[in-house]
Amino acid sequence: MDEARISRRGLGPRLWLAGGWLVLALLAAIFAPLVAPQDPLAQDLMLERLPPFWLDGAEPGYWLGTDSLGRDLLSRLIFGGRIAFIVAFAAATSACLLGSALGLIAGYFGGWADRIISRVVDIWMAFPPVLFAILLVAVLGTGLSSVILAIAIIDWTRFCRVIRAEAMSQARMDYVESARIAGYGRIGIMLREVLPNVLPSVVALLSLEMGIAVIVEAILSFVNLSISTDDPTWGSIIAEGRLSIHQAWWVLVFPLITLILTVLSFSQFGEALKARFDPVLR
Amino acid sequence: MEPCLDIRRLSAVLPNGQRVLRSVSLAVQPGEVRALVGESGAGKTMIGKAVLGVLPKSVRVVEGDMLVEGEDLGHLDAKARRTLIGARTALIPQDPLTALNPSRRIGAQMTDRLVRILGWSGERADTRIRQLLDEVQIRDPERVLKSYPHELSGGMRQRVLIAAAFAAEPRLIVADEPTTALDVTVQKQILRLIAQLQRDHGTAILFVTHDLGVVAKISQKVSVLYAGKVVEEAETARLFAAPQHPYTRALIAATPRYTDPYASLKPVDESVLAGLAAEIAAADKDWRPGHG
Amino acid sequence: MLLQRFLVRLLTMLVTLFGVAIVVFVVIRVAPGDPIAMMLPPGASDDDIARLRALYGLDKSIVQQFFIWLGGVLHGNFGTSISLRQDVLGLVFNRLPATLELATFALLMAIAIGVPMAILGARNRGTAVEAGVDIASGATLSIPDFLWGLVLILLFGVLVPVFDISGRVSPQLDLPFVTQFYLVESILRLRFDLTWDLLKHMLMPAVALALPLAAIIAQLLKQSLKEVLDLDYVVLARVKGFSETQVILREALKNAALPTLTLVGVQFTFLIGGTVIVERLFSYEGLGNMAIDAVINRDLPLIQGIVLVFALLFVLINLAVDMMYALLNPRLRHG
Repeated sequence: MDEARISRRGLGPRLWLAGGWLVLALLAAIFAPLVAPQDPLAQDLMLERLPPFWLDGAEPGYWLGTDSLGRDLLSRLIFGGRIAFIVAFAAATSACLLGSALGLIAGYFGGWADRIISRVVDIWMAFPPVLFAILLVAVLGTGLSSVILAIAIIDWTRFCRVIRAEAMSQARMDYVESARIAGYGRIGIMLREVLPNVLPSVVALLSLEMGIAVIVEAILSFVNLSISTDDPTWGSIIAEGRLSIHQAWWVLVFPLITLILTVLSFSQFGEALKARFDPVLR
Repeated sequence: MEPCLDIRRLSAVLPNGQRVLRSVSLAVQPGEVRALVGESGAGKTMIGKAVLGVLPKSVRVVEGDMLVEGEDLGHLDAKARRTLIGARTALIPQDPLTALNPSRRIGAQMTDRLVRILGWSGERADTRIRQLLDEVQIRDPERVLKSYPHELSGGMRQRVLIAAAFAAEPRLIVADEPTTALDVTVQKQILRLIAQLQRDHGTAILFVTHDLGVVAKISQKVSVLYAGKVVEEAETARLFAAPQHPYTRALIAATPRYTDPYASLKPVDESVLAGLAAEIAAADKDWRPGHG
Repeated sequence: MLLQRFLVRLLTMLVTLFGVAIVVFVVIRVAPGDPIAMMLPPGASDDDIARLRALYGLDKSIVQQFFIWLGGVLHGNFGTSISLRQDVLGLVFNRLPATLELATFALLMAIAIGVPMAILGARNRGTAVEAGVDIASGATLSIPDFLWGLVLILLFGVLVPVFDISGRVSPQLDLPFVTQFYLVESILRLRFDLTWDLLKHMLMPAVALALPLAAIIAQLLKQSLKEVLDLDYVVLARVKGFSETQVILREALKNAALPTLTLVGVQFTFLIGGTVIVERLFSYEGLGNMAIDAVINRDLPLIQGIVLVFALLFVLINLAVDMMYALLNPRLRHG
């Protein structure tokens, strides 16, 4: 009792810090054209590799410096956030819907449906996920929708396993049987009984998955497979930074910090939400 | 004679300030069996655990001294205290099913204290353990020493634990309801074994139990505990013949025939409990931690 | 019973591998790009293309192609790499040792970091030390190996350049090795100068891979240690006179490790999956790095071979963990 209350009080700042960063980054991404100080695509060889504002040789208006083509780093990060958040929301939601549907089917109907879905999950677990993602994007062709689709195709298993386990234990319960006798449809019962129970885990997982999606997108951009090479993404900025690391460290440092904060925030936000909704802790 | 265990005004509290031990004092003479009797929650197990230094993290000793053979445990550093407890005391636990490590062989679990804490040679420890297994009437020591706990019955495991407790010739053994978790038929044998070994080795025992029948059989002196407070202390025969405190009287009355060691307690009369509650409240009123 | 358990797992493992083979095969046959067209110089005749297609078996139906390929695989013939024009199995075996050395080194490091953290936290449970372990492992866990790799590159490649952040071994060195297990061989040959050079290259990618796993080990093991430390036999060990550290090491660790072990097994497969991008990041010449090149070059036979080898590694690890669990648990061993 006491411990739960203490840990809940400790969650406050975590939730606010994580949520705060995500809201800030999201707003910046949505209003990118208004917020970004420069055109993220504008190249200017006169301005190449400008350092961030506190160093000698910095130019006003280029707060975080520029890359080897003279493009403003801050503006590129802000615009890169657009793709990161689109991928995060779309991919995580798709993975969640796909995984939850399959998990419900497997857990509730059991038998052959369960055996086939579980076997597919096993097979999926035997793939190195990053290689699988790279392979899928290579096959589907680069582009935003391919990236989203690839992440959903790979990561649905996380949701499937959680939902399946819960659906199985619920399907065995007496009240599901009695509800069925009372004339409710099977799927109706499932949704009413299972969903509230798994909601905390799924919300946490969804938030975590958004962080994972951001990373996968960055990795795909890093190996030059994400979306078209012109649009700024966090991964492509990092790839550029990795190359010019000895000449312009800031091109790697700032996107890296942005990514770490975003990923940490997604996972902490998920944990905090889970703790808040979890009936056991509450 | 210097007592083997001397507890002076020991008090302990829970994090919420509730007292679990209220100025408990008791002295156990060498070779004496002292029963500690009370209902569950009376704090009798806490006393044993406090002496051995294995109180749960939530329970905090707030005052009092504990002396083992004249050495004040409170004046020793953690390591010295551990070594003293390991060398001069032992514990016969309540549940033999959980008191043995499931992944280690019986032999290793019986000899580790002798070898690693007392510095005996492996050979000496082995001989000693076999001798004790014989004393607890285990006829195939070879098999038992090589077994894992799950391969032995509950009664066998309790014999092993008793043998291990006596092996290092401790001066004091805390027996924490050692028969409660066993079958009724096995209980009798185990109780007889403990009594036998106690006489042969002359070990003092702090015998924690809720069972007045067991008290009558094994102990020379009794402390009756209620709500963490010793309400009566007497020689066993005298306690049963002429109980002084109403609670003791009620306890004895509630046991159908105290000569029958395996009859269970009946609930104590309400009016007695009300009187006790008033007594405890009065004692708590002028109690401050550190000013017993 | 142990044998029966083993056989059942083995069967499941084969089914999983077969499934992986089908999935990879289907996925890459859907690829729109024509690998043959990419191989030939512009202006090649249709005849040339047809001949090459026949050579790689691409003129047959997908089902036929699959069984031809599978038949080859069962005979140890994984086909010929289109981009490198070499036997796939040879290429994979050439690179696999580098990845295995990296992954094993990372696993050992994860254990070397995670287990002491868990013990430290359990030893000081309920204190600020435990809270510190929780916060450190929680944050470490949330940051994936790719980002750790970049952080390490910045810290130890640029800020304090003490370790190498590119390649497997310094290119100017003469290598006397006959196998691809450079690290193992350098130790066996007592060429510790080479061992040191290899370690200097391997350390950073290994740490990047190890940190998330170390954090998981710290959390899981600490939790199960705390549960075990309240059990009666641990209390008894304290009464025997053993110190808290001795109690943890002698009585609690083995029993607490059992539940952790299965989860760590799964996590180790994640670590191996992570070598793909971490090798790329550190230009480490392992299997994962080659896999990314294979995908970019649309080298179908090579991709198939590599993915199958990864899948084989994954299921073998799960099998090994399962067997280890059974062996360490006396109840299962004798039951």
